[in-house]
Amino acid sequence: MYPREFDYVAPASLDEALDALAANPGAKVMSGGMSLLPLMKMRLFSPEMVVDIGRIPGLDDITDQEDHIAIGALVRHHQTATSALVAEHAAALAEAAAYTGDNQVRRRGTTCGSLAHADIAADQPAGALAAGATMVAASKNGKREIAAADFFVDTLTSALEPDEILVGIRIPKTGGGSAYDKLGRRGGHSDYAVAGAAAWVRKSNGTVEDARIALTGVGTKPMLAAGSMEAFIGSDGSAAAIAAAADRATEGVTVLEDLYGSEAYKAHLARVFVARALEQALARA
Amino acid sequence: MSTTTSALGGVIRRKEDPALIRGRGRYVDDIKRTGELAAAFVRSPFANARINSIDVSAATAMAGVHAVYTIDDVRHLGPLIAQVPVGKLRPLLADGAVKHVGEAVAMVVADNRYIAQDAVDAIFVDYEPLEAVVDLKDAASDRVKVHDDLDSNVLLAWVGHEWWADVIAVEDPRPKIEEAKQRDDAVIVELEMVNQRLIPVAIEPRSVVASWNEGYERFEVYSSSQIPHALGGAIAKTFGLASNAVHVRAPEVGGGFGCKLNVYPDEILVCFASMRLHRPVRFTETRRESAVSTIQGRGWVATATLTGTPDGRILGYELRALTDMGAYSQNFTVAIPLLGLWVSAGQYDIPAYFEAKCVVTNTQTTDAYRGAGRPEALYYIERMIDAYAREIGMDPAEVRRKNYWKNDQFPAVNNTGLAIDSGDYETNLDKLLEMADYEGLKRMQAEARAEGRYIGIGLSTYLEICGFGPSVLSEIGFGWNNYGLPSSFSGSGLVRVNPDGSATVIIGTGPSGQGHETTWAQIASSVLGITTDKIRVSHGDTAESPMGVGTFGSRSAAVDGTATYEAAVKVRDKAAEIAAHLMEAAPEDIRFADGGAHVVGTPGRVVTWEEIADVAYRPHRGPDGLDAGLEAHAVFSPGNATWPFGSHIAVVEVDPETGNVEFLRYIGIDDCGNVINPMIVDGQVHGGIAQGVGQALFEEAIYDDAGNLLSGSLIDYPIPTAGDLPSFELGRTVTPTDVNPMGVKGIGEAGTIGSAQTIVNAVVDALAPLGVKHIDMPLRPRKVWQAIQDARG
Repeated sequence: MYPREFDYVAPASLDEALDALAANPGAKVMSGGMSLLPLMKMRLFSPEMVVDIGRIPGLDDITDQEDHIAIGALVRHHQTATSALVAEHAAALAEAAAYTGDNQVRRRGTTCGSLAHADIAADQPAGALAAGATMVAASKNGKREIAAADFFVDTLTSALEPDEILVGIRIPKTGGGSAYDKLGRRGGHSDYAVAGAAAWVRKSNGTVEDARIALTGVGTKPMLAAGSMEAFIGSDGSAAAIAAAADRATEGVTVLEDLYGSEAYKAHLARVFVARALEQALARA
Repeated sequence: MSTTTSALGGVIRRKEDPALIRGRGRYVDDIKRTGELAAAFVRSPFANARINSIDVSAATAMAGVHAVYTIDDVRHLGPLIAQVPVGKLRPLLADGAVKHVGEAVAMVVADNRYIAQDAVDAIFVDYEPLEAVVDLKDAASDRVKVHDDLDSNVLLAWVGHEWWADVIAVEDPRPKIEEAKQRDDAVIVELEMVNQRLIPVAIEPRSVVASWNEGYERFEVYSSSQIPHALGGAIAKTFGLASNAVHVRAPEVGGGFGCKLNVYPDEILVCFASMRLHRPVRFTETRRESAVSTIQGRGWVATATLTGTPDGRILGYELRALTDMGAYSQNFTVAIPLLGLWVSAGQYDIPAYFEAKCVVTNTQTTDAYRGAGRPEALYYIERMIDAYAREIGMDPAEVRRKNYWKNDQFPAVNNTGLAIDSGDYETNLDKLLEMADYEGLKRMQAEARAEGRYIGIGLSTYLEICGFGPSVLSEIGFGWNNYGLPSSFSGSGLVRVNPDGSATVIIGTGPSGQGHETTWAQIASSVLGITTDKIRVSHGDTAESPMGVGTFGSRSAAVDGTATYEAAVKVRDKAAEIAAHLMEAAPEDIRFADGGAHVVGTPGRVVTWEEIADVAYRPHRGPDGLDAGLEAHAVFSPGNATWPFGSHIAVVEVDPETGNVEFLRYIGIDDCGNVINPMIVDGQVHGGIAQGVGQALFEEAIYDDAGNLLSGSLIDYPIPTAGDLPSFELGRTVTPTDVNPMGVKGIGEAGTIGSAQTIVNAVVDALAPLGVKHIDMPLRPRKVWQAIQDARG
């Protein structure tokens, strides 16, 4: 629990932070520190510099932006979990935030930090995927937008470049309903996901017009369940349609075994939680 | 002569909480010594390897590094001392070989822990890996031997009827059991079950800072220890000093659960380094390090066989266990299964055979962990009672009732030749069934099953042996003999009434969360009539307190508490003489209450404790021949252990789709004899059950075949939090013991001893309609789900 020596800067503005990153290729961004600091203390990761973005003003709000809502880089899990805006437009993300860590972690850790960390068993990446979120990354060269579906690249690897900061995410106001459900490592919703699924569904005239279904804890990264989405979009959203979508939950997914589940069990749970998330999302749609 | 006992049995808020809750308590790592250095250890990444060489040159050359030590520096101090020195004793640092992952190979002492850790990374150890043996059956076969210089990996076998054959003669139960098996109507149930290895996870990791004071030729040591006197003895013995040349203080201790009931190499090594470097030296485990640098617990694989009649009479119970000792024997390592042996037949008057082979493996040492042998033993018998009840189609409560020791049989001599002090098992069970509304639960379960839900009712009863202990047990290692402190496990307490009428209680034991400051104040208050707010309890300081034993084995109240009670009685008797003199009455007519003494029948005229103390410290004002002072010390050596008991019910619902187990209710009725503070007793039961829930559902020290600990961090070793626990519904029955004058038994471990099997019984009951007969702990959803799949075929 004693990290190697590192430099620490806490810039007062985004520009200063981006300068620091550009000037120090070995630097790493920290917001709440809930994921980065344990890795450093275990000496599994030893950045030369930590750029603490916690004092940059203007990044700690959830705001209503006409056609989307914006969640800033310093918005804590607790804010995401209890925001009326998030509940209305991305209930799955709100639930995922509510199931993240414990109360202390939720008051300190940030939604964007969790997304950038890209843990394979984290909750909020699934919520962001189902919400169809857009990630906004900034560097000295300007800002760029990354679709959630392109953001999670691999285990603990996002599409962010070393000189980029995830300054916020945008969630489109697309109607419909969404939900997230999981089995935690300590049972129920407690702890990281053994497996979990988030779903967003929009129905029109008895037909599922659009849907996004995402998995966490199952494969090598948080990801969309393409097979389930294909099966569900255009269906009538009936119990049979849910079952058919759930059946294809791990289609094309490399399911990873860990201490909490065999491949067969995790694949099974993916089906269970796709079904449960779809049922709940439909009830809200 | 009598007095108020109003403070016994009353809820008094914990005196220690204002400091602890506000973060003002002082733990070892809060206590900084001038000029202190920090230690860190190179730890083995291999479970079994020869060490060809250790290159410390780069580390030694680093700025801020004061020393790097290997076994060559400390071999002369010998291995760690154990009380039951059977097996391979642990060298202070690896001596040519490592035998488990995490074994300390070299010690760095540096200006601070960051530098020390950098230096650790700079030390190169040339290991030659060897095949490791982890599986108990594999180890017991001696296919791979852990230590070349031991004849076998099997160190010894504890056998129920001959564990102390020289002293206690017990009939071999096997002929009777074999005869029962031949009966035409014999019902025989057999299960192999794992009681998995656990990591203690005290919230405060172990921490020690030692300083050799050259001027006074004395070690000053602060350690997060359950056994400060024993640690002092161990250090003294190791360095060839008198025991009073080591001053150990255990300030606040943030959880122990048995893992701090041990002396560790680091505690000896910081003393050594301090002596060499003339500076205080500190070592505090990191959280992850703690998983491999502190003892672990449990780790049994056993086959249990129960033979009975079709109508519920048990005719024989046999348990044959392999118990995991880990690589080295520390304090009580090989004695832990013996604690299980003593309660192996539970609350039942049945022929019972017990056999536990102590097996070494290439894993961290095991030793006492909350319950220590008793949770394992009770797990097995209580799982078997349930399996048997299911087999014969009888209610598990009725099977238990039918085989209990009956009230007129106490003291009851059990299958190991020990006498159970007191018990009233049926009353306890009846109270549980009533409080749980057992019949209502069964109806609810039937209705739920009709709806396709999987609800289970788990019942378990338990017997505990605690309150160690009888001095005679020191003959077989239950004492600090090998630390040069052959005091057995007597209790000790000193009570002093100060000149201002306040009182100080000094005890040789110390709390690690149990609330001693409150409970001991209540004990003294009950005798002296001084209110608890005027009583301060001092603990854990070997220079200040009389020789004490430590807090473990649910022994403190029954043994040290009794000593304090007896010391308080001595003070009271002397005070009565003084008060009688002042009020011109007879000492036997003096009563103590409300901060003073009065003559029976005339409560209006009071002599205060200040007035009594004034005379005591100026004896010329008192009766002729009065000795000065107002304090007394007592040592109490109990004639027997105490034997608490209880019954628990868990109601769970299993999600058949995920295997998730959800608590619907948890009800416990415990009997620890007389109760000093009901709130503290309930708190102990709460924490105990929580640890049982942890074992039943989440916790497991998982080693792979190569001996790597896969669950060494809290990410992979989930412990229950308040959010994972049901709301406990607790009650109690009160069956006092006659082993001590307060009639108290012990409650620190009861919740843990009674709970894991209750929960497993509930889950198996929930899945019984599918034909599930057993699932090994921890009942993580994956295992429960797999059991459902297997049962469904």
